[in-house]
Amino acid sequence: MSVAEQPKNPTTSAPKKERTWEYALDNERLLGMTLLLPAVIYIILLVAVPFFLAIAYSFSDATIGDQSLDFVGLETYERVIKNPTFQTALYNNFRFTIIAQVLVTTLSIILALILAQDFRGKWLFRFLILLPWVTPIALGSVGWLYMLDTLYSPIDYVLREVGFLANVEGKGEFVRSLTNILQDIGIVEKDTALKLNCEMRGTREICFFNMQWLAQPDTALYSVIAVHVWRMLPLSTIIILAGLTAIPKDIKDAVAIDGVGPIREFFEVTLPLIAPITGIATLFGLIYTFTDVIVVAILTKGNPANETQVLPYWAYLKGIQGTNLSEGAAIALFMFPFLLVVAVITLTLISRREVT
Amino acid sequence: MSTVETVALVKHYDNDVIAVNSIDLHIKEGEFLVLLGPSGSGKTTLLRMIAGLEKVTSGKIYMGGRDVTHLPPRARNLSMVFQSYALYPHMSVFGNIAFPLKAKGLPYQERKKKVEWAASLFGIEQYLQRKPRQLSGGQRQRVALARALVHEPSVFLLDEPLSNLDAQLRASARDEIKQFQRRIATTTIYVTHDQVEAMGMGDRIAVMNHGNMHQIGTPQELYREPADTFVATFLGSPPMNLLNQKECIIGFHPEHFLPKDIIHEESPRFEFPFRVTRVEYLGADRFVYGIVPSESGHTRVISKIPSLVTVPLETDQLYTFAVLKEDMKYFDKKTGKRIDPIPFSMAVFEHAEV
Ligand SMILES: Nc1ncnc2c1ncn2[C@@H]1O[C@H](COP(=O)(O)OP(=O)(O)O)[C@@H](O)[C@H]1O
Ligand SMILES: [Mg+2]
Repeated sequence: MSVAEQPKNPTTSAPKKERTWEYALDNERLLGMTLLLPAVIYIILLVAVPFFLAIAYSFSDATIGDQSLDFVGLETYERVIKNPTFQTALYNNFRFTIIAQVLVTTLSIILALILAQDFRGKWLFRFLILLPWVTPIALGSVGWLYMLDTLYSPIDYVLREVGFLANVEGKGEFVRSLTNILQDIGIVEKDTALKLNCEMRGTREICFFNMQWLAQPDTALYSVIAVHVWRMLPLSTIIILAGLTAIPKDIKDAVAIDGVGPIREFFEVTLPLIAPITGIATLFGLIYTFTDVIVVAILTKGNPANETQVLPYWAYLKGIQGTNLSEGAAIALFMFPFLLVVAVITLTLISRREVT
Repeated sequence: MSTVETVALVKHYDNDVIAVNSIDLHIKEGEFLVLLGPSGSGKTTLLRMIAGLEKVTSGKIYMGGRDVTHLPPRARNLSMVFQSYALYPHMSVFGNIAFPLKAKGLPYQERKKKVEWAASLFGIEQYLQRKPRQLSGGQRQRVALARALVHEPSVFLLDEPLSNLDAQLRASARDEIKQFQRRIATTTIYVTHDQVEAMGMGDRIAVMNHGNMHQIGTPQELYREPADTFVATFLGSPPMNLLNQKECIIGFHPEHFLPKDIIHEESPRFEFPFRVTRVEYLGADRFVYGIVPSESGHTRVISKIPSLVTVPLETDQLYTFAVLKEDMKYFDKKTGKRIDPIPFSMAVFEHAEV
């Protein structure tokens, strides 16, 4: 019997219409490109174009009024660097970011360790912890603006109530205030003026001490850092918590069997095992805090006297408010090398993450 | 070295699962006890309670006569090998083996000596500087054993330590663990769901199911005198054949179910009509699958015939097979418990249409 005479398999005998498009999605390259396309368009239009435009602006004398790109070499950069406010802003960017991130990483490891325990109402606790992250940062900052208000700060109110800040009759009385204590231990500089707000109530003059959080250089600095910490803590905690939960139960049991105490367990087992994911959380935090403009814009506007100025807000003030596009672009570009380094480290860490 | 004893040990999980139901165990000094049972029977839970990793719902645990029920693992001087090996992935092999010693505060030189001793026992000296991920499954298992052993525990717990190895490696690792345990004579509790492993390794075997202890005994005892139908059908490959009769359940091992002609004429025996459905040749043995009539219709039965016996057996043919009276086991129909031999009607076999 020749091949041609073989009975046909009935399911394939009816000629089926060729519908190649049905299998188009099976082509992985095509599928991959289709799925990536929106992201690529987005990145080109909203990231790459502005980035190269900024580089072009920074080498020109463009202003908002005159956006023609006349090449002026490094002249803009020279002018930007010589400005003392720029120097403060550059310094602050690193200072805020690094101090805030050290606090965030330390606190979030502690918080994650607590949240990893079994206790009643854990879900509520976790929800509350996550709250600052889901609050729009502008809204959160406005809330903090009120908390740190020069006159009506609820924090000051509490401090007065517990006796750290004086709430006294008449100007003559002097009560040891928190500011004094802070001065003594060197957190607040000696010559910081204590502001006394007084008002007449009937015949009595009542005076309040206020911390003036945002009006004094050092407390303003701490305030900005505190808000950054408040903001980054939830995400970092949740990421590290995920790392903690991913430690196999058997490993924890092995630690118990090996008779290892909690401190050695933390430093020699837990910490090394969550180190990679903690590193990633830290690098994310660095990028967020380093590029953030909102906290300073809402809380201090760089004040007092540009002491809390940061690069992105300074770039905005110069480039948009001051209409000097080229200077604004140059200032902003100073953030680029740091971000590039952090991004490269992050990507290396992610691709190298040990799978055990 | 120490004895291990559990008294009416119970574990309820929050979800109302009774994982371990009133278990009494008495493990002798230096004994190798195997906890055997199907998956989910509560073996791990029982072992973890003995280790101190799991809270006890009720009951007591004694080690060397001391009540350790509420003591943490490190107060029990035991060590454990986990199914996953649970090696510390960020530490070298040396670091892994040395870790329990570090916890005991041994100085570096002594740690080093002990680690080298433990590593040489398992032939892993050349891997001391490697990380666990750079080792094969078998090597990891040795590291886990070395770590468990290095601080000379008085009780050694193993939870399915061989289940991640391939069949060949498993057989050799089985030998090694057994020999090694003989040498150090440390009281050992070994969990497995593999009855071949259990029969080969255990001084005694404790058979569990659904959190209950069915029988504890030597491999021979379990095989010859199974306490109930569960034990009877869980052990042996292939396991015991059971036939449902009117009066009781009768059971016989496949190797006791043989063609009538090869059994000595005068031996008292039971004869069964047996229709062969399939014959398997497995080197030393021939497995003959077929059906026998019984109270509840036809029952599938297996006969295991040594290849020395060359009686021809064809599929779809009817033969007469027989079981010696002394090899027949009897079980209660309701409880499944082993009972003394009782007479049962052979009528169903005599006029059977198979
Ligand atoms: N942490 C737990 N929480 C709730 N139920 C569990 C837990 N661990 C085990 N169980 C249940 O307890 C029973 C016994 O489990 P286990 O001891 O692991 O059995 P085995 O080791 O014999 O396979 C199973 O039904 C299992 O589902
Ligand atoms: Mg188990």
